[in-house]
Amino acid sequence: MRVLCCVKRVPAPGAKINITADGQDVDTAHLGFAMSPHEECAVEEAVQLCERFDGEATVLTLGPPEAEEQLRYAASLGVQKAVLLSTDGSSWDPQRTASAIASAIETLEAADGPFDLILFGNESADSGGYQVGIRAAHALGRPIVNAIKGIEPDLDAGTATAKREIDGGFELYNLPMPAVMGVKEGLNLPRYPTMRGRLASKKIEVSVMQAEADEGGQTRVTLKQPAETVSNTVKLGNGPEAAPAIVDLFEELGLL
Amino acid sequence: MADILVLAETEDGAVVPATLEALTAARQLDGDVHVLLCGDSVDADDAAERLGEYGASTVHVGESDLLNVFGPEAWGQALALAIEEISPDVVLASGTSKGNEVLAMAAARLDLPFVANCTELPSELADDDEVELTRVQWGGSLLEQSQLSAETRIVSIAHHALEAESAGGSAAATETIDMEIDDLYARTQVVGREMAEAGVTLATAPIVFGGGRAVGSAEAFAPLEECASLMGGRVGCSRAVTNNGWRPHRDQVGQTGTRIAPELYVASGISGAIQHWVGAMASKQILAINTDPEANMVVKADYFVEGDLHQVIPAVAEEIKKRKA
Ligand SMILES: Cc1cc2nc3c(=O)[nH]c(=O)nc-3n(C[C@H](O)[C@H](O)[C@H](O)COP(=O)(O)OP(=O)(O)OC[C@H]3O[C@@H](n4cnc5c(N)ncnc54)[C@H](O)[C@@H]3O)c2cc1C
Repeated sequence: MRVLCCVKRVPAPGAKINITADGQDVDTAHLGFAMSPHEECAVEEAVQLCERFDGEATVLTLGPPEAEEQLRYAASLGVQKAVLLSTDGSSWDPQRTASAIASAIETLEAADGPFDLILFGNESADSGGYQVGIRAAHALGRPIVNAIKGIEPDLDAGTATAKREIDGGFELYNLPMPAVMGVKEGLNLPRYPTMRGRLASKKIEVSVMQAEADEGGQTRVTLKQPAETVSNTVKLGNGPEAAPAIVDLFEELGLL
Repeated sequence: MADILVLAETEDGAVVPATLEALTAARQLDGDVHVLLCGDSVDADDAAERLGEYGASTVHVGESDLLNVFGPEAWGQALALAIEEISPDVVLASGTSKGNEVLAMAAARLDLPFVANCTELPSELADDDEVELTRVQWGGSLLEQSQLSAETRIVSIAHHALEAESAGGSAAATETIDMEIDDLYARTQVVGREMAEAGVTLATAPIVFGGGRAVGSAEAFAPLEECASLMGGRVGCSRAVTNNGWRPHRDQVGQTGTRIAPELYVASGISGAIQHWVGAMASKQILAINTDPEANMVVKADYFVEGDLHQVIPAVAEEIKKRKA
């Protein structure tokens, strides 16, 4: 089984997300980077499936050269191949991103055969455009369903059952492979890298391809902060002695 | 006058409330509001009445066997066909999971841009090929001004960005569009469901007892569970908790978890990182229990108790039981 996961390098902010002076980007001067949480699960799923079905997992990212860090992290978890679709680091619109990724996938498949499963994060943690996986799947002529939190391939039948979370349960889909899925955190519990994995990830060769595609019809003008929540926090007390005041509050709000 | 096409999302034989938000937003534009209703899972006359009440003038019912249950590819093709037939200036849906999915699918087919999760719709959207929109990034922690250039402007309005308001309108006219959907797209239709036992969910609970990293283990959630079950609420948690495997991911509140909106959210041992906060901020009231009076959760909360959650929560459970007795 051949599985590809597509990930994005994003900053890992804490209590607040600061913006650069020109308003164009998140100020990452004091921040680390990670891949979006949904995509951590995509990587974990790819590794698990390839362990179970004796397959090969590949990770791909479109981003600046620094995104190699996220590729190596994926490799430290067990992904065997890594592809960097290199950009100058400016923010690419969703149409452009999807089109560059789809043509890169075509190139990779022409060399090594089709991927049975391609996993995207449902939406990226930062720009959250909700469309790159869908556009890429459409360009490749493959089925895609979003919001997937469970995958069970049936290699004999050539299909994969996918579970989508809805309020109060799951919806089930049954996609013929090769298939594409937009996955969400909760699909699995991602592992942490082992020492051996870390060492292996240093040795893995990252194939670099230049990302190329035409700009789409959406352009970032600027980023801005939402209105701050200001609250006059009322202190109800200290420690367990505050329990009666807390339960008074429950009663006041008609909850008890 | 401009034409605005709204995608109706349906669930369990009815149009979902989020679609009424999209209609409310559509009405703020100067235009004629059309709705695409896919398939026969919803009674068209009932839908026309409800959608008309919220401002739709015409409901176009897309007819095809492949539209009667949800499938992102079939619905996406139906929306693309309706766009070709109606030639709207604006195509709109609520930014729910399926709303965004179907818009993206239609946009991909027509090679048009799609701007997801706008917080409001400027009036120029209806009549200008170039328009600046405000949209959500980071699940709501940040906003982006985005320029959209397209003859047909496909956008979603972030779910809960506004409240649905009835326009007091009369039933919309209904028209049918015979849709030729590719048989191939049966491949992404819903084939079944697995529902959990009925009861309040995290998204609908009136009170949520949230626990963070400071809870320390799966077992240590027992007093929070006890409070929740005494009060008909649910236990929620932070990503630090799910990452440690202490709770299943369906309990996670936040950007990559569930958006909650209870009457009261009791957040214990949760620092209130921005990605957690965006999932909790729709709560009507928030009580933070924390050892750190400076924690972000505390600063943003309505109420605060300073202390160790391992002492406070069991005391709260005892007090509830005392008053219920
Ligand atoms: C893209 C992205 C998406 C994310 N999505 C989510 C999401 O959906 N949901 C989410 O929750 N997080 C999310 N996160 C993670 C988030 O940034 C934080 O890491 C996480 O919320 C921290 O969890 P916490 O508050 O439990 O832990 P901490 O930040 O470690 O906070 C622990 C708190 O407990 C307090 N405390 C310590 N001891 C006690 C005690 N004995 N009694 C009472 N209080 C005590 C401390 O003062 C502190 O405030 C996301 C991160 C990224 C980068």
